[in-house]
Amino acid sequence: MTTNAPTQPPTAPPMGRKKKVRGIEGARAWQAFWLLLPTLIAIALVAGFPLYRTIFFSAQEANLTTPDQATFIGFQNFWFTTAEGIGLGFMQDPQWWTAVRNTLIFTVFSVALETVFGMIIALVVNSAFAGRSFLRTAMLVPWAIPTVVSAQMWAYMYNDSFGLIGQGVLGGQALLADSGTAIWAMIAVDVWKTTSFMALLILAGLQSLPGDMYEAADMDGASKWTQFWRMTLPLLRPALLVALVFRSLDALRVFDIMYVMLGANVAASTSMTGYARQQLIDNQLLGTGSAVSVAIFIIIMAIVVIYVTAFRVKFD
Amino acid sequence: MYLKRTNPGMYYLQRTLFYLLVIVITLYLLLPFGWAVLTSFRRATDLFLPPLQFAFAPTTLDNYTQVFANASFRRGLLFSTIVAVGAVAVSLLFGSFAAYALGRFRFRGKQFIMYIILAVSVFPQIAVLGGLFTLITRFNLFDNPIGLMVSYLIFTIPFTVWVLTSFVRDIPGELEEAALVDGASPLQTLFKVLFPVMMPALVTTGLLAFINAWNEYLFALTFMSTNRTVPVVIANYSGASQFDQPWGPIMAASIVVTIPLITLVLIFQRNIVSGLTAGAVKG
Repeated sequence: MTTNAPTQPPTAPPMGRKKKVRGIEGARAWQAFWLLLPTLIAIALVAGFPLYRTIFFSAQEANLTTPDQATFIGFQNFWFTTAEGIGLGFMQDPQWWTAVRNTLIFTVFSVALETVFGMIIALVVNSAFAGRSFLRTAMLVPWAIPTVVSAQMWAYMYNDSFGLIGQGVLGGQALLADSGTAIWAMIAVDVWKTTSFMALLILAGLQSLPGDMYEAADMDGASKWTQFWRMTLPLLRPALLVALVFRSLDALRVFDIMYVMLGANVAASTSMTGYARQQLIDNQLLGTGSAVSVAIFIIIMAIVVIYVTAFRVKFD
Repeated sequence: MYLKRTNPGMYYLQRTLFYLLVIVITLYLLLPFGWAVLTSFRRATDLFLPPLQFAFAPTTLDNYTQVFANASFRRGLLFSTIVAVGAVAVSLLFGSFAAYALGRFRFRGKQFIMYIILAVSVFPQIAVLGGLFTLITRFNLFDNPIGLMVSYLIFTIPFTVWVLTSFVRDIPGELEEAALVDGASPLQTLFKVLFPVMMPALVTTGLLAFINAWNEYLFALTFMSTNRTVPVVIANYSGASQFDQPWGPIMAASIVVTIPLITLVLIFQRNIVSGLTAGAVKG
């Protein structure tokens, strides 16, 4: 990525910059390159090179403790059937597909719910009432709590012998032990934690809408309901879409909540990231784990491209 | 307001429903945390009490003394602080250089670099986990806070660059032009002219990056074994036996690591909201 640095050489010495306009431009481009260099090196070091290594190992049979003894096996980490008919590629592992399905359910429902709740909270906070600034402050609390802490807080509330929800509301049902209910329990935690973030972004969008437009609509006798659907929502669209992209990508790479609340093994069948980490670290399968990571990377990048092209999201 | 005169009944019904909604939202947002705070002050034997009795059971500080007596928790606080502060300091320094270049300079390939940085910020961390792990062990940085700190740059740098760039763009150009005419170098201009103006932005960005680094779990779990950070300590907090989860101390530890964050967030409330929207909505 450093090859993309400005190609113009510093044509003029610093003193000569008043003589030629191009000299100033060239010097500025060169200065910009030096200013960007530390960031570019850091990104190459922590993102570029490790990503290249991951892609490299996805085509190798390799062990985490002895990465130097890797042998090239092509796509066999993804799909490989032995002579005895045993499927060894991760895409032949039903647990991977369970993890994919659960991650998609998690993403779709948590993002949809937090968008609706976030919209409701933002609309409430955007209207005038006593205690408005208090609610605005309270909104920041779930967002400021570390994910691991909120996972433990909810694990405690879900506890079947003394949890506020597990014992108090459900009368001793172990929500987290049953894979059918666990995914919904996870969604509830994520919705609680990130609704405030969504509400903040929507609120920022709401406050940039012109107020006189609503006065005009009131004059014309449009109901609040009509105003919301015909004016607020279409105008919020750009802000809402960008927030949706970022929240969806966050939800797709979910890890902490599930790993802390369900443990390493159940997390591996509940989130794609949990599955990848189990292969990579717990099973020490550097090749297979890297192949899974590459698959997740492709899925996420594909979703970015779909979002950006389908909704024509613009990033400044 | 018309409704108040034309149909007072309807008006007060609407108002009541609205405040009911406000109360429900407030409870939803604050109850889980409030319950955790309450639990952190209760004795282990009282955990089985029904909610109302539990709420009024005797208060104790035992859980807190137990948490602070725990050596791995104290070490966790230390390592979390080292790693998060280090990652934020490096990111602010590099990020402000890059933001200055991206926000104030015109050069070829700028758009491309912006897109690279944006792409890294939507990167799934898992995509680099294996590659980073082999690099970290190769350089003997496993279980070393330096290795963890460097790995955190993957999310703190793109974030600081994006947020700071949008702040730098809003700084009036005259300031910098004046410095340029006086013959100041870009670094002099950045440190002497722009930094003072950017101070609020630097504080906000630093705080948000700090929160992210403080909360990180996947890398901290994978790249450290004995020198755990606080989130890993809290996630692994265990009692005498495998089935005995010491909820009181866990909640106390959780409150201890959360209170500083909440305090900071409440103090810098206004800046945080502008920082979040600059970082998230603009890209």
